[in-house]
Amino acid sequence: MKNKLLLLGDEAFALGALNAGLSGAYAYPGTPSTEIMEFVQTNPLTKERGIHCHWSSNEKTAYEAALGMSFCGKRTFTSMKHVGLNVAADPFVNSAMTGANGGFIVVAADDPSMHSSQNEQDSRFYADFAMIPALEPSTQQEAYDMAKYGFELSEKLNMPVLLRFVTRLSHSRAVVEIDTEPDAQNNFSYPAKARQWVLMPAVSKQRNKQLIKDWDGFVKASEKSPFNRYEDAPRHEMGIIASGVAYNYLQELYNGEVPFPVVKISQYPLPVKLIRQLYNSCDSIMILEEGQPFIEKSIRGILDTDKRIYGKLSGEVQRDGELSPDSVKDSLINVVPTICRLTADKIKAVPEVVVSRPPALCQGCGHRDVYGALNEALSKYEDSKVFGDIGCYTLGFLKPFNAIDTVVDMGASITMAKGAADAGQRPSVAIIGDSTFTHSGMTGLLDAINENTPMTVIISDNLTTGMTGGQDSQGTGKIEEICLGLGAHPDHVRTIDSLPKNHDEMVKLFSEEIDYEGLSVIVSRRECIQTARRHAAKK
Amino acid sequence: MKTDIILAGVGGQGILTIATILGATALKENLYLKQAEVHGMSQRGGDVQSNLRISSDPIYSDLIPKGGADLIVSLEPMEALRYMPYLGEEGWIVTNTVPFVNVDNYPDMEFLDKELKNHKKTVAFDMDAVAKEFATQRSSNMVLLGAASIFIDMSSAKIEDAIAGFFERKGQRTVDQNIAAFRAGREKASLLKELI
Repeated sequence: MKNKLLLLGDEAFALGALNAGLSGAYAYPGTPSTEIMEFVQTNPLTKERGIHCHWSSNEKTAYEAALGMSFCGKRTFTSMKHVGLNVAADPFVNSAMTGANGGFIVVAADDPSMHSSQNEQDSRFYADFAMIPALEPSTQQEAYDMAKYGFELSEKLNMPVLLRFVTRLSHSRAVVEIDTEPDAQNNFSYPAKARQWVLMPAVSKQRNKQLIKDWDGFVKASEKSPFNRYEDAPRHEMGIIASGVAYNYLQELYNGEVPFPVVKISQYPLPVKLIRQLYNSCDSIMILEEGQPFIEKSIRGILDTDKRIYGKLSGEVQRDGELSPDSVKDSLINVVPTICRLTADKIKAVPEVVVSRPPALCQGCGHRDVYGALNEALSKYEDSKVFGDIGCYTLGFLKPFNAIDTVVDMGASITMAKGAADAGQRPSVAIIGDSTFTHSGMTGLLDAINENTPMTVIISDNLTTGMTGGQDSQGTGKIEEICLGLGAHPDHVRTIDSLPKNHDEMVKLFSEEIDYEGLSVIVSRRECIQTARRHAAKK
Repeated sequence: MKTDIILAGVGGQGILTIATILGATALKENLYLKQAEVHGMSQRGGDVQSNLRISSDPIYSDLIPKGGADLIVSLEPMEALRYMPYLGEEGWIVTNTVPFVNVDNYPDMEFLDKELKNHKKTVAFDMDAVAKEFATQRSSNMVLLGAASIFIDMSSAKIEDAIAGFFERKGQRTVDQNIAAFRAGREKASLLKELI
């Protein structure tokens, strides 16, 4: 018996995991992955079964907790945005060495076109170099189905399995057929091969040999996967390899009847047999993949040959930004006109009167007050530098504030301000949000405290993880205690409410601490206007 | 049937509510649907759009190809024009004419009007005013949905059911207001379409 629901790609996976006997989910919010955990948190089955769904402090703590749950034989996942996998890279790569016990899926949601991110890294490369099998759904239905399939694959191969989302699938809804009865959860059980969970050199050397041997089995699993397939067609002048959502754009272009043979790829490592079959039967190959040229790099390496391969590296397929039905059509029209016989449509232009409308901090947002006061406090210095961080307050870079000089990664405000202060920069100011601070700012602050580095850290505390929609922040109610606990001097841990009426007081406080030749922390606090409205509505 | 719609507006205006209601209707009617949304940073007062595709046949792409949209449905006049490359030859624009000005260089309404009139198949009116008359200004997105509904091959009674379902939690009064706004938008758009 199947039911139909309208679900985001993120939600489809989450529901699939719940219905496949999930015991615990671990995550830190990050666009476009956030809705996965949010779905688990609000699903009735979660409460009924006591499934773990509390947000973690960062992706590394989330990853390791999920690995611990897998160690005990339970089905679990951790979900994060692509750059979150950088934070969790240490346990990710090493979990290939330990392997998995209970089914373990690692969801990395890539953001090609950088709708809400600082880079376009492609998580498939991570899976490849860690030697971890990966799944890449094309549709919301596959995202649902791959949860159960992924747990089973993970348990069969005794490996974590990476599931790669891209923004377009994470944040697009479609009708999904779902199971009405959830599977039972796994019983508690320890790993059969207990030794390989202790990664000391003597063990790792053995285990590494085994992992290399196992790789062939991973390839065979891909070749037999229901998600990878060879679709034959009459015209063999060209064969097309299409992965993930790129497959959809190709189908759209030909309304489901592609005249060329296609290998659809949604499971890695690459299904070598299917690719060879395509290559042997076609005169040339085109590769359509969302993200960086992962398949293309692998193929060009394997098949060193005189047949033409059209892709991102050779320039026929758009190299940066997400693909679209239009870019795929362009590739086919412009590169191989004689083969494809498609014509370009007449497209209307955007009228010249249309101007861009960049995002901005909300009216009534406390970050506005912080930047207003900070800019005034710094106006008396010629060369002040403000090191920014990841969150809504990154928008302080734009007009009207133009207040920050760098934004790199979670927590880098504090550590970069420290390095700059060490180099002689005065004033050196870090600005960081509360959730980013507990994610990756605390350890950097400890470094600065230990050396009493002359710098000012402003924690703009809005009591939530704002940018991703207002998830619980792990440091709420204890930011000052954390700073004091790390050893910051009580005279230089100061608190103020970020309110327009406090403007003068904020300027004075900022000035005093900026002038202090040592480490100071200012906690400037005001609840996020979005969550405040939501809380008011609930009352 | 097959209708490809670009929904446009400014972050926070409520275009996703329109998408959710049409989605629920399509699901009940056993139609296929794909709806790509924008989440994250751009929701903070920036331009937002959603690609909504409804069809009786399977849909492949989550994104509408350029020149492929049957409808641009917008809560804001400049945002309607931003997606012109996506509109098909025979496509309609249905838009609110009340500008949302949060940038310094926002164009004069006169220029926007002219551009909208350049496209013959345009239904544009002050939806905030209609919403105020029949409900509250917050229901202008339901006026827009009503106006757009005359171009979508789904029964308006079914769409009203979905509106009722969506606002159920907020009480009968809210349900009634939003359905009244929907009907007013539908009526006004039918009249304007006749004149074209």
